[in-house]
Amino acid sequence: MLAKRVKRSAPMDLDHRGRAWYIDKAVTFLVFVGGISAIIFIIGIFVFITKEGAGFIVGPLNVREFFASLTWRPTSSQNPSYGVLGLIAGTASVTGLAMVVSVPFSLGAAIFIGEFATGRLRESLKVLVELLAAIPSVVWGFIGLSIMNPLIIDMFDVPVGIGVLNSGIILGLMAAPIMTTIAEDALKAVPDTYREAAEAMGATKWQVIFRVVLPAGKNGLVAAVLLGVGRGFGETMAVLMASGNAIQIPTSPFDSVRAITATIAAELGDAPVGSDHYRALFTLGILLFVVTFIINLTADLVVKGARRA
Amino acid sequence: MKQKTIAPWTTWKAALVEDTALAIDIQNVSLWYGDFQALFEVDLQVKRGSITALIGPSGCGKSTLLRAVNRMNERLGDYVRTTGEIHVLDQDILSDDVELSQLRRHVGMVFQRPNPLPLSIQDNVLFAHRIHRADEKFNKLEEDEIVENALRRVLLWDEVKDRLGREATGLSLEEQQKLCIARLLPVKPTVILMDEPTSALDPKATAALEELIWELHGDYTILIVTHNMAQARRASEETAFMLLGRMVEHGVTEQIFLAPQEEGTADYIEGRYG
Ligand SMILES: Nc1ncnc2c1ncn2[C@@H]1O[C@H](COP(=O)(O)OP(=O)(O)O)[C@@H](O)[C@H]1O
Ligand SMILES: [Mg+2]
Repeated sequence: MLAKRVKRSAPMDLDHRGRAWYIDKAVTFLVFVGGISAIIFIIGIFVFITKEGAGFIVGPLNVREFFASLTWRPTSSQNPSYGVLGLIAGTASVTGLAMVVSVPFSLGAAIFIGEFATGRLRESLKVLVELLAAIPSVVWGFIGLSIMNPLIIDMFDVPVGIGVLNSGIILGLMAAPIMTTIAEDALKAVPDTYREAAEAMGATKWQVIFRVVLPAGKNGLVAAVLLGVGRGFGETMAVLMASGNAIQIPTSPFDSVRAITATIAAELGDAPVGSDHYRALFTLGILLFVVTFIINLTADLVVKGARRA
Repeated sequence: MKQKTIAPWTTWKAALVEDTALAIDIQNVSLWYGDFQALFEVDLQVKRGSITALIGPSGCGKSTLLRAVNRMNERLGDYVRTTGEIHVLDQDILSDDVELSQLRRHVGMVFQRPNPLPLSIQDNVLFAHRIHRADEKFNKLEEDEIVENALRRVLLWDEVKDRLGREATGLSLEEQQKLCIARLLPVKPTVILMDEPTSALDPKATAALEELIWELHGDYTILIVTHNMAQARRASEETAFMLLGRMVEHGVTEQIFLAPQEEGTADYIEGRYG
């Protein structure tokens, strides 16, 4: 009886490896390779950009001219000049206007979605915002050219509708969805007990929002704005299409400007590989990379600060 | 540990409660959460300046009834439907004309979990005051005085007077709950509703809070929900017992505990409901 039962139990081969073991190992390996290669690619890209740009930075770069001169004349054979002040001014003015457009818009939308809308309205709005985020930037550029341009010409009676105003608005609208989404998350992270406590003391809806919810969610909101800035800063296609591309420090919203990103996109194809022009464009790339990195890092630190508090 | 001599019901004086005006008059109140009826024709009268304990098994509708008095149930929107009448100081508070902000100024609330706002201690105490002050004028001296008075009243001043600018969320739970009471005082509420205000606290802190609550009644009318029989018995003048959404019995605390009229009450206070 006993012997029979022992015989029926499974054989004890402890070194047996079944299918599950191999699948497990294979998946672990794939995930590892995926993760490592992502890191390697990022480092690789960084090294590549730095290497291409380094030749310019240690060579012909004149820091003073680079940052203080308005003359960007990389293709001149006698007298090439690499002043990016105009490009920086272009990026700054467009991004700045974009923030003026999108910060109130996005925070307003986030407050409405997070604090007022309920049920189906709220869900539909969130889907709508996500759809907006999915519009490709070339489509935004197209909207800038074909809709905003005639609109601005009509409304302000100016000869050209392409420039800071046009690209700023377009970029603002582009940055709005991500800003709205992150800001809404920040508001959602504010515990409802705070709202309840304030309401129980007789605070009106707006008093609750201004005196409790916004201060409590402030770090997340700052992060939302910063990420929006980062988005605007790095955007290329829409700016290329809607900004007019004249290198200058704008004095009116209708002026045409050229952004750093647009310059790289427009000129890199024509610059002979290894030439000073080519390397100067990579230096611009490093500049973009560094600024974007700082913006994102700041946003990250701000959010971490929010978590700790 | 020092024996607390708070609120012994043996020293309770009938004259204190009798013949005074009603602070809260709940009549025939029924309440539905969607299709679920949580309150059935509830009546409850709370005398001005008295301290009334609301007891009953979990889920019987104590919090719901309490939150009907400052209309906090309405946060849930149309999902909640209330019928019947509730008067606070003879004013019909369920009327459509009632400004919720004003109602809640006069009917403050202390929650189960201390919920100070993520502001400084001082800004917490001043929160309601700043919301309700008629003119927008900011008067530092006046505010300092308000903060000190409120914190002294809840016996918190000496502990926090050197760190009024610190985040209130860094205080101990006992201190937080005292602060949550203190912040109601500057707007001079008539009624303070308390929903199991000591259930998140340890026994020592509970005793301190009970002492404070006892010390506040008279100036304020207090309606306090508690699941703690000993607390109801020690720290209230009247007790109301609820069961399954109905008001079963309401009377002088001593009587409810010593000679309950209803079988349900007796079962509950003898621990047969858990
Ligand atoms: N938001 C809600 N939606 C639906 N039912 C609820 C809601 N809040 C409370 N209830 C129900 O109402 C009844 C009374 O709840 P409550 O007033 O919280 O009881 P108590 O405070 O006495 O424990 C319970 O059956 C509870 O499940
Ligand atoms: Mg409850």
